[in-house]
Formats: sequence, structure tokens, C-alpha cells
Amino acid sequence: MPAETAARVGPGRSPIGACGEIVSNAKTYLPRDWGVQPPYLYEGYKSTVTRSPRKPLVPLPQTLSELTGPVYGHDAVQAIDADLTRNGAVNGQPLGQRIKVTGRVTDENGRPVPGTLIEIWQTNAAGRYVHKVDTHDAPLDPNFFGAGRFVTDADGRYTFHSIRPGEYPWLNHDKAFRPAHIHFSLLGPSFVTRLVTQMYFPGDALLPLDPIFLSVSDEDARNRLVSRYSVVATEADYALGYEFDIVLRGRNATPMVA
Amino acid sequence: MADRKVTQTPGQTIGPFFAYCLTPEHYGRKGIAGNVMAGPATLGEHIRITGRLLDGEGGAMDDALIEVWQANAAGRYDSPGDARDEVPLDPTFKGFGRCMTDRDGCFTFDTVKPGRVPGQGNRLQAPHVSVIIHSRGMLSHACTRIYFSDEAKANDEDPVLASIEAQRRPTLVARREDTPGGPVYHLDIHIQGEKETVFFDA
Ligand SMILES: [Fe+3]
Repeated sequence: MPAETAARVGPGRSPIGACGEIVSNAKTYLPRDWGVQPPYLYEGYKSTVTRSPRKPLVPLPQTLSELTGPVYGHDAVQAIDADLTRNGAVNGQPLGQRIKVTGRVTDENGRPVPGTLIEIWQTNAAGRYVHKVDTHDAPLDPNFFGAGRFVTDADGRYTFHSIRPGEYPWLNHDKAFRPAHIHFSLLGPSFVTRLVTQMYFPGDALLPLDPIFLSVSDEDARNRLVSRYSVVATEADYALGYEFDIVLRGRNATPMVA
Repeated sequence: MADRKVTQTPGQTIGPFFAYCLTPEHYGRKGIAGNVMAGPATLGEHIRITGRLLDGEGGAMDDALIEVWQANAAGRYDSPGDARDEVPLDPTFKGFGRCMTDRDGCFTFDTVKPGRVPGQGNRLQAPHVSVIIHSRGMLSHACTRIYFSDEAKANDEDPVLASIEAQRRPTLVARREDTPGGPVYHLDIHIQGEKETVFFDA
């Protein structure tokens, strides 16, 4: 590209133009790693039987539509959104064991993913969601809503406070209970880096029985869904600390060319 | 290929209970995005996209989250990944929408028709919306696209549609209906079965 053009569009900017010119400053993303991502059909989790695509996925070249995605930065969140012990409080503190969860979001290349929105939701200490269709006969907590959101810092780090979620029954099989978990939703830098996952707790006796957890066939990848207890993250006389790191899709070395 | 140093975190199902966090309007809280994506001042043709999400037995998937992402009417994405400053942004249009399906499996988005954006081989793509489906019973999310039936010529030239066997292309094309309230595009998404929608390894 001639220097003159570069000056016009500014640093890091590239015009659309003749064949072979760079149309995006974004590099293409590494594919979804189906060696670690769970399959659509996993018979141990009964609902997948009628809700799994069966035809082969069609490969999609990464165009601007895939290399872009919505950005929701610090303007989308307030500090209290990251404190679930306070953001649903009406007349006191929620019941249960206070926890602090912290971790880093990186990509497969090991680089931090800063400025990305994370949304979380979970049950209260008794295993009950605020959700209107949760009919589990366990008490709601008037001081706990169970949803939070926050944005990763320049190093990809996030931190939130909450209470330890409870286990709850579901209809998958006889005496089925889900292990304690917190749902995580991450936007990432593009629409193709979208990730919705769950964080579990170390030593949970229900993990080896849970088909959603077991649907990840790669043992190492599966175990990375389990957070680690951390003395460093623990806050004295206040909250137990857990660490949970998240890895989003990385990037190929070369930018997209048209 | 780039250096892969660490392995992706596996996805897990969104489960049935995400609404109070991700689409919390019915809980007296504001989410980051809803299904009304265009405001009165948004430039372009105002349209509605609607349809049903159906499982392998033709049953309504009534607890799914549909997310959409699209360019504005001029064909620009409001994202750092789209560096084409010569194509205007529209400050009233973000391009991201979320809708939880209702008891009939219905989803609706009020938006504007996206402009054309470049794709492979420096060819313009037909106007389209990128779609992600998350649901209870889906361990990994599914990716698809929505195209528009009144864009026959652009659709014929579209490199992504051209890569799909002709018989399956209609699963991605929403049918335009002109109503007194404005244009409405209809498209049902079939997760499985005879009419299974084309899903991408995006
Ligand atoms: Fe859950």
C-alpha cells in the first residue's frame, strides 16, 4: 500500500480496494477445536437427541461478517454489577458462603483478551434460580438475584464476588442433580469467538456423574472447566477465593485478504 | 498456522435459565441488547425478521436464545474489525440483537436491512444477518445466516450461498411479505430433520 494511502486512512487502517488488498485489520481466527468442544449429539444428555444438528457443518470462510463483533466496554457495566452479594440485596445480605472468583481471559496464542464483556448467572445457595420457570422446590433468597456482568481489564483479568451456588435437581435421569456451577457468557473480540460455558467447583462429587460436564471427551479440557481453590484469591475473614481462566479462539498469523 | 499455545475452553449448554441475565427485560432489568435493534432515526429500510425455532420432531424450542449480528444499511459493521472508514457508521445502530424464543418457539427482530459487505475473492456478499443459536439441549452453539428473498440477484452472486448445495440454500433465505406495518421476513430454523437448516463451521 502506498504511504500516501496509509496516511489518509491512518495507522492500522486499511482501505478496501483492488484484489489482494487487506480489507480488515483483523486476522482470521483459528477454527473451533472440535477435539475439545462438546458434540451436538451426546446421548447421556437426553435433550440433545432432538436438538442436535445432524448434517455436516458447512465450512464458512471468514469474511468481515465473522471478523467483527459487538463491543460492550466499561460503559455497559457498573462496579456493582460484579458484586452479586450486593446487586440483588433488598434488606440484608444473601445467605450462603461468600466467594470471590477471578481469572484471566486469553486466546489460544496466549495473548490477553482485554475489554471483553462477561455475563454470569447462577442459583442461590439453596440451588434455586430467580428464573420464572425454575420450579425447584427450594427457597428463593430475597437478597440474591444471581446475575452479574463485568469487562476484562488490559491484562484480560476479571473478578467478581458472589455466594457459592447450590446443586439442583433436573429431569435427565433418576436422581439427577447438577453439580454446583456458574454460567459464563463471553462475547470475545468477534462473533466467531462467542463462548457460553460453565464453571464448576473442585472436589464436587457430582462431577463424575454429570453428562453435561462429561460431554467434553478430552479429559484435560474438561478439567479446565473446574475452578481452583486459591489462597491468594481468598479474602481474609470474608470470602473463599477461586481462580478460573478462560481461553478463546486464537488467530492465524496472516490478515484476511480480498 | 499460528502458534497454538493453549487449548480453547470447551463450551457448555446455556441451559434453560439464562433469561434473567441475558434477556432480563421481564425481570425489571436492562440487558445489553434486545430484539429491537433499530430506533426511529436509524437509516435504511426498517424491517422485521421473524420465524420459529423447531427441534427434530417439529416441536417448538421455547427456551432458546437467538443472537444476531449485522452490518448497518450502508454495509458497515460497528466493530473495530471493520476498518473501512469510507463506509459510514450509524450512531443509532449497533447491529447486535438478542431474543429469547417464546412458547411457540417464535423469535422476532426489528431492525434495518443490512447493506452488502465484501467477502471472499473481493466479491460483494448478498445482504445477510449472522445468527448464533444457544439452547438447553445444545452443548455447543450453532451458527447460521439469514438472507433475503427479494435479493435474488445478489443471492445468486453470493459466494457463501454458492458453496451450499442448491437444494439446501432455501433454508437460509427469509421470505419477504409486505404488510401495512412494513416489510416482514419469515424464516423458520430447523435444528434437525428433513428440513434441517444449514449450519456453519464458522
Ligand atoms: Fe444451571
